[in-house]
Amino acid sequence: MIAGFDLPDAGRILLDGQDLADTPAERRPIHTVFQSYALFPHLTVAENVAFPLRMAGRPAAEARARTAETLDLVHLRDLAGHYPHEISGGQKQRVALARGLVNRPRLLLLDEPLGALDLKLREAMQVELIRLQREVGITFVFVTHAQPEALALSHRIAVMRDGVVEQLDEPSRIYGFPKNRFVADFIGNCNLIEAAVAAVADGGLRLAAAGLGEILAPADGQSGVGDQGVLALRPEQVRIAAGGLALANRFPGTVRDFLYVGDVTTYKVELDNGRLIEALLPNQAPGRARFFEIGDRVEVGWPKEAGHYVRD
Amino acid sequence: MRRLPLSLVLAALATYAFLYVPLAVVVAYSFNDSRLNAEWVGFTLDWYRLLFQDEEMLLAARNSLLIALVSSLAATVLGTLAGLAMHRWRFPWLPFLVITPVAMPEILLGVSLLVFFIQVLHLTLGLLSVVLAHITFSIGFVAIVVRARLAGMDESLFEAARDLGATPWQTFRLVTLPLILPAVVAGGVMAFTLSIDDFVITFFTAGVGVSTLPLQIYSMIKIAVTPEVNAVSTLLMLLTLVMVLLAARLDKSFMRGGT
Repeated sequence: MIAGFDLPDAGRILLDGQDLADTPAERRPIHTVFQSYALFPHLTVAENVAFPLRMAGRPAAEARARTAETLDLVHLRDLAGHYPHEISGGQKQRVALARGLVNRPRLLLLDEPLGALDLKLREAMQVELIRLQREVGITFVFVTHAQPEALALSHRIAVMRDGVVEQLDEPSRIYGFPKNRFVADFIGNCNLIEAAVAAVADGGLRLAAAGLGEILAPADGQSGVGDQGVLALRPEQVRIAAGGLALANRFPGTVRDFLYVGDVTTYKVELDNGRLIEALLPNQAPGRARFFEIGDRVEVGWPKEAGHYVRD
Repeated sequence: MRRLPLSLVLAALATYAFLYVPLAVVVAYSFNDSRLNAEWVGFTLDWYRLLFQDEEMLLAARNSLLIALVSSLAATVLGTLAGLAMHRWRFPWLPFLVITPVAMPEILLGVSLLVFFIQVLHLTLGLLSVVLAHITFSIGFVAIVVRARLAGMDESLFEAARDLGATPWQTFRLVTLPLILPAVVAGGVMAFTLSIDDFVITFFTAGVGVSTLPLQIYSMIKIAVTPEVNAVSTLLMLLTLVMVLLAARLDKSFMRGGT
């Protein structure tokens, strides 16, 4: 709908206060970078990039200069005369970006553009995208299912479910202060602990969690006594130790599973009330990086400032 | 690489022999200095000289080329449009309507076109009726080829063109058409070769005044397979061969950016 390939049943599409709902795709000041790149196979790299300028009726000399300039921006000048099937996936990606940017649209829509790239290339392109966006100063709308990508690339994120925006916020607020269970669960890993508000005191909440007892959590400024909800707690906020944690909230449990991914190890600990909680432990110590075995009795805990209570 | 088993090589050779020996015989006898297709006497170009003095044959050849050219051009345009329509709007009955003439027995199509031209259009049978008939059965072939090409293409290419500022017409001219051109050309060549060697439908729709190469050859072999027939067949073969090579060449140059 942003690009104009689908029409809204109702409502408006505003860009700088101007309604675009009835404007056909070719007349919107919006260009799209497609997931498949959609480079024209019968045109060279330079001809692909020049396509929007041609459509806009720019004089040939200006079009050539702008094309060259934009190819420089994405470091592709050397490939100007190549055809799309002669270049790599990452290069195609950059041609698609150059083609989208060359005409200085008011908005660039990127539809899962990194989906077809391998991990290393993906990360390199993320850095590249941030640099490009800063240099051209055009608003990018980046559609993705990869949550880390959204957090890494955005100034603002809209988390959507079934076409409805659940939360629109800065990345750090989306991650740290999700508005509801869906957002908390969708973005990153999250422990969701069912709990009711028992008291509001000392700038904090006293929560009652079935089978666990009392949990201290930071106030959210809106929940009151009797509210039902979940405490959203990120795995990296949860400490794990053999015992003796000096933290406001601590519970004994048993290690059920762990996942070693190199830089960190994620433990799944079953609390005594049967609830599983994830704790993330950085592998800082040199040498063998596993500290707890499956079946070990441990203690998990977190400070009372950690987590974010989400009312239902 | 492993050596092919002898039996496989022999089977392949036999198959190719079955396909090409009859053609080779026709070509060889067209240069044979004898009235009879019996034994090799000596090399001659007499039959070709005779051919080019045969007014009837020349007229038939001219008719054939004219009919093939006009009908294949028209069928290419219409067939391409039909292929685009079948791809874009998925009316279930549209492919059925377009492709039926391809599957229909030629004899049926010939009879029904004859009836249609005479009873409904009150057309005098002649060049025009043959051209119309050839267009009718060629459209489906072009449409199938074009549609197959479209089906293999990334739909977002067309969306991308629109997105980058191309009007629907510009999208067609600058993106769609260049991309389907190999199929359009291949379909056109197919239509041309179908037209130039069609006998059954032409026989029904040509009437008495107009002759084409196949009709002319048929009327000649009713008497005997003369070396002149061999000669004209050889030339027809040559033309077809050139068309096929041309199409392959065009296809390759357009395919350079193929998906």
